[in-house]
Amino acid sequence: MPLSDNPVPHPNRLSPWLVGLVGAALLVVLAAVSLGSGAVAFSLGEILDIIWAVVTGGDDSLPANRMMIIWDVRLPRIATAAIAGAALGVSGAVFQGLLLNPLADPYTLGVSSGSALGAGLVIVLSLFRPDLPWLAGPYALTGGAFVAACLTLAVVIALARDADSHLSPTSLILAGVVLSAILSAALSFLKYLAGDQVGSIIFWLLGSFQARTWTDAAVVLVFFLPALAAALWSAVDLNIMSMGVRSAQTLGVDTKRVRYLLLAAASLAAAAAVSVAGVIGFVGLIVPHLARLLTGPDHRSLIPLSAIGGALLLSAADALVRVVLPGEIPVGVLTALLAGPAFLLIFRRNMRGAPHD
Amino acid sequence: MTDHADAALRVKNGNFYHGRQQVLRDVTLDLHPGRHYILAGPNGAGKSTLLDILAGLRRPASGEVMLEGRALSDYGPPELSRRLALAPQEYNLNFAFTVREIVAMGRRPYLGRWGVLGEDDQHAVDEALAALHLGDLATKSVTALSGGERRRVVVARALAQATPILLLDEPVAGLDIAQAMAVMALAKRLAEAGRLVLTVSHDLNLAAAYGHELVFLKEGRVVAAGPVEAVFTNRVLEEVYETPTAVRYDEFSASLSASFRLG
Repeated sequence: MPLSDNPVPHPNRLSPWLVGLVGAALLVVLAAVSLGSGAVAFSLGEILDIIWAVVTGGDDSLPANRMMIIWDVRLPRIATAAIAGAALGVSGAVFQGLLLNPLADPYTLGVSSGSALGAGLVIVLSLFRPDLPWLAGPYALTGGAFVAACLTLAVVIALARDADSHLSPTSLILAGVVLSAILSAALSFLKYLAGDQVGSIIFWLLGSFQARTWTDAAVVLVFFLPALAAALWSAVDLNIMSMGVRSAQTLGVDTKRVRYLLLAAASLAAAAAVSVAGVIGFVGLIVPHLARLLTGPDHRSLIPLSAIGGALLLSAADALVRVVLPGEIPVGVLTALLAGPAFLLIFRRNMRGAPHD
Repeated sequence: MTDHADAALRVKNGNFYHGRQQVLRDVTLDLHPGRHYILAGPNGAGKSTLLDILAGLRRPASGEVMLEGRALSDYGPPELSRRLALAPQEYNLNFAFTVREIVAMGRRPYLGRWGVLGEDDQHAVDEALAALHLGDLATKSVTALSGGERRRVVVARALAQATPILLLDEPVAGLDIAQAMAVMALAKRLAEAGRLVLTVSHDLNLAAAYGHELVFLKEGRVVAAGPVEAVFTNRVLEEVYETPTAVRYDEFSASLSASFRLG
């Protein structure tokens, strides 16, 4: 993470180590506060006792219901939110670098509309086939969303490939946007079919971490870790490719391989996050922007900082909707309401710094 | 520095098509180390395509491209990147890398996965920055540079790559005359130090002053190629640009110079 090859520090940049450590510390504090807050309050000592008891398997003296609230309800929910946020942050950073476009996000290639359609299909099928109760279960929903997201990505890549199976950023974005539009139309049709039950589709689309389990956290983690590893492995190549692909090849970057590897890894991570949490917008768009603003565009620091930032933003948003705000506003609504204007501010700031040509 | 002695790039009977349109027709070129080649010709003559083929970015539909006696297509990307560098004409400016970060990217062929620069690498980057007079701009963001400065940055990146072959795609377009002369003089010096340098340029008088050899491309064909004195003539220039031309020896610049009848 340290840019040791940059002996003269850039005047407008912070140390990536400093930002990363502060971010990680904030994440731990936030998790602790969030664990202790809610309808039932816990002290930090009790939380640590409970976690210690579960991890070591000893000490039956703690009340079972309080242990359940921490270990089976709050902790998996917080973990799922943090890992999904990290996955969206890394995925966004990768897509922006790969598509040479700071406006790209994990959903640019249609992952979100694909998974939304998949989830919608499962919900509508469960309405028409009440005799198949597994369709109404959480795994059918997550699985349907994930499979549909993967299919969407495969179709986008197939559409965008040229004769030599190269993928250009422009044709990827175009294929993604067009396919998204078609899938959204199909989803509208499903909503119409769902009739009075349309609410359950809409609620899923808005995104939530309510009642998420350790399984959900594990599903996202399983796809997040390879994406993180692939992105870090390719970080230097991604720097070079984000300047333009033609000359990246003459610098020895196997651009085709890096593109396929990162597209697959980042899309799968985003698809896993969306399948578990619903379509949560703006996290993947704004977190890499904030990280670039603080420490610069080098992907060696941008990737890990986007992971920490995404985890921080999404677990903070989820803590807000769970503990502070009345009712349970879907977390996707909150991220859009908070991050949208923040993005506009950053955008304005960058516009003022840019040369007018 | 790498050994330049055996560097040589050649295209034999190269043909290339964009869809049905033939862009290069039977192009044969023999490029040698120690020489500064200028590739010139009207817009759409196929210069960029030829540059792509020489850089291994495209393969000709027929014909062969050889680098140091081996087919160019036999080279893997890492190996090729230590033999040949390309300074592109344009690059993406959406991300605010500093000048030094971009020039340091030129060291990728010699670095590990995490791209940490060693002492030699730092030195090569410093030298490349100095050669293009970018020392003072090193920590500036590329997005804040003028068009001319941006061009010098990619030339410096190619220079930091320390390859025996350098391909420069219009490095002086948009540069003022003093900067343009400085870049062309550098290209010539690099060639005289043993590299093979090929520069695409539209400025004929700079080409005559700083090139050893000229290659004129028109409608995908090599119309003329050879030493400046042999090729920089009224006949060739009029054939290539279809404009009445007067070539004379210019005492002041001590080089051949062309003027054109204004239309």
